Amino acid sequence: MIHDTLAATHAVVTLDIPLPDVFWGWYVTMNMWAKSIGTGLVFMLFLLLRKNAKEMDGLRTPTMIVSFVFMNIFLLFTLADLHQPFRMWHIFFYPHWTSAITVGAWMATIFVGLEFVMIAAMIRKEKCLLTKDSTAFFDKVLFWVTLLAIPVTLYTAGIMAEASARELWQMPTESAQMILAATLTGSAAIILLGGSKLSDETKQFFGAILGLSALMAFIIYMSEYIFGGMKSEETAAILAYVKDGGEYASMFWIGQWVAFIIPMILVALSRVSKSNSILSLAAILAIAGLWVVKHVWLVIPQLLPLS
Amino acid sequence: MTEGEYMQLGFLVDLHLCMGCKGCEIACKVENEVPLSTWRLRVKYVDVGTFPETKRTFTPLRCNHCENAPCERICPVSALHYIENGIVNIDKERCIGCAGCVMACPYGAIYIDPETQTADKCTYCAHRIASSMMPACVVACPVEANIFGDLEDPASNISKYIQRHRDVQVRKPEKGTNPHHFYVGASQVNLNPLASQREEGYNLFNKITHLPLGGHHE
Repeated sequence: MIHDTLAATHAVVTLDIPLPDVFWGWYVTMNMWAKSIGTGLVFMLFLLLRKNAKEMDGLRTPTMIVSFVFMNIFLLFTLADLHQPFRMWHIFFYPHWTSAITVGAWMATIFVGLEFVMIAAMIRKEKCLLTKDSTAFFDKVLFWVTLLAIPVTLYTAGIMAEASARELWQMPTESAQMILAATLTGSAAIILLGGSKLSDETKQFFGAILGLSALMAFIIYMSEYIFGGMKSEETAAILAYVKDGGEYASMFWIGQWVAFIIPMILVALSRVSKSNSILSLAAILAIAGLWVVKHVWLVIPQLLPLS
Repeated sequence: MTEGEYMQLGFLVDLHLCMGCKGCEIACKVENEVPLSTWRLRVKYVDVGTFPETKRTFTPLRCNHCENAPCERICPVSALHYIENGIVNIDKERCIGCAGCVMACPYGAIYIDPETQTADKCTYCAHRIASSMMPACVVACPVEANIFGDLEDPASNISKYIQRHRDVQVRKPEKGTNPHHFYVGASQVNLNPLASQREEGYNLFNKITHLPLGGHHE
């Protein structure tokens, strides 16, 4: 390891002005967080349709509207993070298809467009696509929107994988984390949105998804935390920012506790006590905590000098 | 096919010769009107050893014009693109300033120009090459430590230099980028950012302030 070389050479940089470090800051965190909720809600709505379509009544339009709002928050922050936001149209007129940014921008735009059509159909109660009513149309399109939600969720992991300079962001780990972020926040959001429209059994079903998503995401983060640095010195140097005395150590653990550990405990408690209030608290914490988790993981690889 | 399609331009810096005068850095700044607080090319100083057995090393750092460039791959609008002589060039009019290239470049060679709010980097002075001139940094180097030429031509200075020397290295070969930028006489201290410490107070210039870059950062 290079650490041994350091001890021998006592090499110290005495003149170098590296370029400013954090380029993707909290706007990108907002982007990932909002997208997780937006696509996660679609996944959960589809699961609800398959599990108990009757409970969809009264939930289709509000859930899709909330998903649509979060997808627009995601798009807004994506746009705001550009240094030349008025040139965003270049992505559509000069697309470069090897870039996950391009592919993602196209898919997310189509996804949001389809969501808009579904909401409009429900509000105007218009039937189309050979369906008998707007509800049947909604349910038919939901299948395709759910399929599209998978790559829309995953493409950010593709961007992170293409960011060759940031060793911490690996595929397929980031893909797994993106999907788990969507199932975590999607289940949390539908528990909160469902209110009295969802039966206790269905709420516990979504609670189980929330708890399992938190558990799996936590296991992956801990695996990287403990073992990540053993094969790559760059990863080890990055993870030092969240280990003892690291600049982001406190924030990292706050995120892990609020997003994963406490919600897991609360979900278990809610199953034992059959308490919807405890489940709602778990949902709120998971949504809030995920923002912190994503932010730390986004920022720390950018702190490492590249030259 | 034109002659240019066969040409693959590359750079080699002989660190045995480099004396850290920063002439290349200044020439680049002037030639390309690089704004304050940003650099297309800079020379890193690393001090090695403990007093009195110390020495100072100098490493010019610029875009590596990789054959498999992560910046070109991630750019959503092809603002970063290859030109036929192997140079990774940038179209600042097309750039949307997403900073994807900044995140992708393993060498930290790309910056956001605070004046145009677009990505920018060393282009091997593509505009000078188009007029059959050498890059500004090559011309300015008083000891000819910068060797520039066609890697595909076995008779070029750079090809001969590579053939003559056994210690030709690139930065971060494990990234699989196939840089068109080589170093002779380099050690880990020169090429690996993790091989030296960055201690506050040791820098010759401390508390450097950067111009605001727009967008949103931490």
